[in-house]
Amino acid sequence: MAKVTINEERCKGCGLCVRACPKKIMQLSKTKLNSKGYHPAEVTEPEACIACAACARTCPDVVIQVER
Amino acid sequence: MAKNLMKGCEAIAEAAIQAGCRYFFGYPITPQNDIPEYMSARMPKIGGCFLQAESEVAAINMVYGAAGAGARVMTSSSSPGISLKMEGISYIAGAELPCVIVNMMRGGPGLGSIQASQGDYFQTTKGGGHGDYHMIAYAPASVQEAIDLMQTAFDVADKYRTPVMVLADGIIGQMMEPVEIKENTGNAPKKDWATTGWKKGERARAVVNSLYIEVEDLEEMTERLQARYRQIEKDETLVECYNTDGAEFILCAYGTVARICKTAIAQLQKQGVKAGLVRPITVWPFPAKAVHDAMCAPGVKMALCVEISAGQMIEDVRLAVNGEREIAFLGHAGSRVPTAEEIAEKVLAMRGA
Amino acid sequence: MAVVFKKTEALTDTVMHYCPGCGHGIVHRLVAEVIEEMGLQEKTVGVAPVGCAVFAYRYFNVDIQEAAHGRAPAVATGAKRVLGPDSLVFTYQGDGDLASIGTAEIVQAAHRGEKISVIFINNAIYGMTGGQMAPTTLLGQKTTTSPYGRDKELCGSPIRMSELLATIEGSAYIERTAVNSTANIIKTKKAIQKAFGAQVNRKGFSLVEVLSTCPTNWGKSPVESMDWLEEAMLPYYPLGVYKEV
Repeated sequence: MAKVTINEERCKGCGLCVRACPKKIMQLSKTKLNSKGYHPAEVTEPEACIACAACARTCPDVVIQVER
Repeated sequence: MAKNLMKGCEAIAEAAIQAGCRYFFGYPITPQNDIPEYMSARMPKIGGCFLQAESEVAAINMVYGAAGAGARVMTSSSSPGISLKMEGISYIAGAELPCVIVNMMRGGPGLGSIQASQGDYFQTTKGGGHGDYHMIAYAPASVQEAIDLMQTAFDVADKYRTPVMVLADGIIGQMMEPVEIKENTGNAPKKDWATTGWKKGERARAVVNSLYIEVEDLEEMTERLQARYRQIEKDETLVECYNTDGAEFILCAYGTVARICKTAIAQLQKQGVKAGLVRPITVWPFPAKAVHDAMCAPGVKMALCVEISAGQMIEDVRLAVNGEREIAFLGHAGSRVPTAEEIAEKVLAMRGA
Repeated sequence: MAVVFKKTEALTDTVMHYCPGCGHGIVHRLVAEVIEEMGLQEKTVGVAPVGCAVFAYRYFNVDIQEAAHGRAPAVATGAKRVLGPDSLVFTYQGDGDLASIGTAEIVQAAHRGEKISVIFINNAIYGMTGGQMAPTTLLGQKTTTSPYGRDKELCGSPIRMSELLATIEGSAYIERTAVNSTANIIKTKKAIQKAFGAQVNRKGFSLVEVLSTCPTNWGKSPVESMDWLEEAMLPYYPLGVYKEV
């Protein structure tokens, strides 16, 4: 069981976490916008997450926390 | 302490050490090499650091880093080298760091000469580097005064968190005179703004910086600096008035030239001409009131400014008297030093005219 | 639940001003994590550059000095000489700052074996000033001051700083890494650990050159930029350890 917490308000929607995720279970939200106008990242299949933290390690804004 | 015969540059270096300076960063240039050479011999023996930088640009930035870490630190150079340091001096002023810079002025512009000059007055007092800042500048007229002012310079730099220049000329640096160097107990204040490693809870995180990207923030910083400059003008202006009471002729000069003026005044005295001298010891802040009062006193008939330059300080003298008195000029651009006889002759000629 | 990854205390909580997808944020985090993990936060003094990382003093949660353009190694020298061997003094510089205006300072700091560590971000362009050509700009690369592509006849070939600095006797640790993949990000962190270790163990000058991206001035998306780093930069700037004593 893994838990990925994304500080959506601070996410700049760069998509590097989407690129880094080995399970291909991240995307930039198609529905949400934060107050800066970015589509924040989100996990599409939380149950498939392996808590490798590749997303967090590539995030330039350090907005992702990963727990297992 | 007994008097010792010392060369100006070496005396200045030892005075800095006695004032608690333990860090020196410099680069060779004539005529001030005796300062770094002396420091390179002394610093390792007293737990200090002498470092020969790759350039004057690097040296002044090493001064920035050391001052930012809380040390009493200095550098020295001569005119072309000081030009290179000007970038760093502006940053030091902006980051509100204390340090001392010695300039043994030589002839310019460009490579100029290696003989004494006073051609850096504009650069020293009117900015030199970019932005709205000032630098306190002491202009000694003897080796002993250079020693005493070095020690004052470190205290004043710390007091106001500002760069301070000791503006001497090649003659002061190369001349030997009997001098006494007092040990300065060093009243360096506690520097809780310095970057020494941050232990949470002891103080705020230290940031040494001159960047204020918001207009309001930059204005707040520059207003803080300007308030400090007004305080410095009020409390730190130094001037000597020599033989001015009842004088009919007032000379104005600083540094070595002021000393030559005193000889000229003695020569004139013998010929029945009463002349006096007003000598700025700080060229910034400029002692405008003392200069005005000396030159515009009742009984004064004429005034003359003497410099080893094409006429730089004379602009401040003219501002000080604000049209109340015509100011004549005697000087040589480059490095030719006016003689006492030349000054006396000029006074007599003006008087006879 | 156990925390696998969370933000280090050695970064402040200030939102970074960098453009979306800029590699600076990744490297800031790595430097801060190493400082925290080595227990050096109270002994660290950073030196920030001029360039995009000019505001680094807002982000690193340590004492820090902001230097003039290119002069960070000189400022760090002054600070290190005062603070002594138990301190950790590092500079964080970009390629305009380090490889152009500050070449004298960086070469001479290495030459003295100055016990400082340098984090050097090479993204082949001037970022803060608006995408002008850097000494590291690749041949043919278009920038605002090489609008027809960098021309070798006009301005030479891109400079390889790690290789240059590794030839200097005073260098103790020199490595080039990149932020294009998770594996390389982890390698970058290890390189920073080694560089800081070289300083703490008083071995000499250390530098980690990190190949990074500038999506805004490259005119590419953050993801495309990482791909371009791999395709264009890696062949010219080989990764690896160039010096280790």
